[in-house]
Amino acid sequence: MNVEFSDITFENRRRTAQELTEIATEIRRDIMKMLVLAKSGHSGGPLGASDIFAALYMGGVMRHHKDNPHWSGRDRFVLSAGHMCPVQYAAMANAGFFPKQELSTLRQYNTRLQGHPGRDMGLPGIETSSGSLGQGISIAVGMAMSDKLLDKTDHRVFSLTGDGELQEGSVWEAAMSAAHFGLDNFCWIIDNNDCQIDGRIREVMNVYPIDKKCEAFGFETIVIDGHNFEEIMGAFDKFIENNQKGTGKPTAIIAKTYMGRGVSFMEDNFKWHGNPPNEQQAEQALEELV
Amino acid sequence: MEEYTLLGSKPTRHGFGEALVVLGERNENIVVLGGDITGSVMTSLFKDKFPDRFFSIGIAEQNATTIAAGLALSGKVPFFASYGAFCALRNADQIRISCCYNEANVKIGGGHAGISVGPDGATHQVLEEVAYLRTLPHMTMLVPCDYLEAKKATIAMGEMVGPAYIRFGRSPVPLYTTETTPFEIGKALVLREGNDVALIACGALVWEAMLAAQELAKKGIQARVINNPSIKPFDVETTVTAARDCGAIVTAEEHQVHGGLGGAVAEVTAKNSPVPIEFVGVKDSFGGSGDPDELMIKFGLTWKEIYASALKAMERRDKGSVGFRRVKDVEQYIG
Ligand SMILES: Cc1ncc(C[n+]2csc(CCOP(=O)(O)OP(=O)(O)O)c2C)c(N)n1
Repeated sequence: MNVEFSDITFENRRRTAQELTEIATEIRRDIMKMLVLAKSGHSGGPLGASDIFAALYMGGVMRHHKDNPHWSGRDRFVLSAGHMCPVQYAAMANAGFFPKQELSTLRQYNTRLQGHPGRDMGLPGIETSSGSLGQGISIAVGMAMSDKLLDKTDHRVFSLTGDGELQEGSVWEAAMSAAHFGLDNFCWIIDNNDCQIDGRIREVMNVYPIDKKCEAFGFETIVIDGHNFEEIMGAFDKFIENNQKGTGKPTAIIAKTYMGRGVSFMEDNFKWHGNPPNEQQAEQALEELV
Repeated sequence: MEEYTLLGSKPTRHGFGEALVVLGERNENIVVLGGDITGSVMTSLFKDKFPDRFFSIGIAEQNATTIAAGLALSGKVPFFASYGAFCALRNADQIRISCCYNEANVKIGGGHAGISVGPDGATHQVLEEVAYLRTLPHMTMLVPCDYLEAKKATIAMGEMVGPAYIRFGRSPVPLYTTETTPFEIGKALVLREGNDVALIACGALVWEAMLAAQELAKKGIQARVINNPSIKPFDVETTVTAARDCGAIVTAEEHQVHGGLGGAVAEVTAKNSPVPIEFVGVKDSFGGSGDPDELMIKFGLTWKEIYASALKAMERRDKGSVGFRRVKDVEQYIG
């Protein structure tokens, strides 16, 4: 299969829902191309979270400099669900952090695009290694503590976990401490696609109700349709507003998404958690993603 | 002595999964705990056959390990399996206190071990757990070499009493043991006789050691190949005999060179019969993404390194390397 990556990139600014939809489609196309080339990797979660990543990296939500990824004034993003890295790589490439052509190296020997993020490989914009579920969110809390309590900056820290990932007890230890330390600069995004490897969340190990748990843990809790840009932007705006007001409460955004969003035969099907499309499936996916 | 020839290839995880079903049939106290990857670590076979004795715990390795301890202290024989990265080290304290200190009859299966996991990368390529687990009092730690040995080892650990851990892999590996090949916890097995150098290996590296021995034989060097699946309890006698007979050892494992099988061999020989040892394994680095076979080559885990290391160990022996004399004798030389 002949796979080409466009060299269009998108600057990071406030955008309309229409513009963000187009960017998210480009991210989804890149994910399918990367995975068909890699012949392994996770399709479902990344496709489902593409809208959120379009907003974060190119909708003006996070402050970052693509040419200076270590810019000290940046907001930080920690992917706690490390297996979902194809969507982060695709979003960062579309935001101009590194050449899009490099997406073709996913999961190959010596690539900067490791199967799970490896900080040692030096990909611009990757703040931490991750892949062992339930750790990233604690790292994010540590960063938010450093920013708010020690350096007293206005930096914000975002972290995304899956919903199966919520079964790791350490996630709730992180949540407890985010509220305890009054980290209104911390935004926890939960990708609530109701799928994990062995099946539906309630069948594998029930973590519901998630919203009530987050509230009880002291979070400003916002439940949104994770494919609706008005709701996505509204939730991030609310987080930023709360941070500016200094409410002393961290924010949890529970984004209801569909695993495999945008590709008919993958949508809402947990069997697509960890598989790549074959060539024929990738061709069909790319036909659908326009 | 049995002649070992290549019979095919199959992942060791299949042996683990199939053995759980055998154990389930023999003993109704066998229960299995799932950690959301039941297909990859093959506990799904048990789940399908004995749904009432299977419990999905979700992605919560620490909880699963301690729940297993509770089940064990109530007379059950619980197996918990996940990727070795998450069910040996993430839950290290739970294993130490709740399983080992309690002498609870908990069995853990650590899958997708080693660099041969491939494209998933360093986070999933556990290379340190043998070193940790073999230091735990009461623990039994097994690293089978092929599919059939994995099956026998799993059955053996299900039928013994006490905490035990078995390491297995994702990718297909050569199959060469047979139904009649002996397996016993605490015993190493000589697969090939020789007195020139001893190659002691576990897991996927055992077959590589056999290949290295074949190449060495072409040079007239007869290597003794020892399969050592029982890291703990450790077969002191077979190792010390090899050290005395051969005077030079190579260890080989899909693990860090520090603290694993090589460490165990070094401890035992240092105490009983010191000889030069060369260590084949991952050299104090993390893994990375790539194709499994490619990674085994890049990280120096093939017969070629074992071969070169054998020559080196023999050379050190033959040159009477200073490190193996008494200080008193050395001082005489220096004057
Ligand atoms: C500590 C740990 N345990 C197990 C795994 C294996 N694993 C990777 S992804 C995954 C399922 C994650 O489910 P969810 O958070 O819902 O993500 P999604 O399926 O939506 O992508 C599991 C069990 C892991 N990476 N880390």
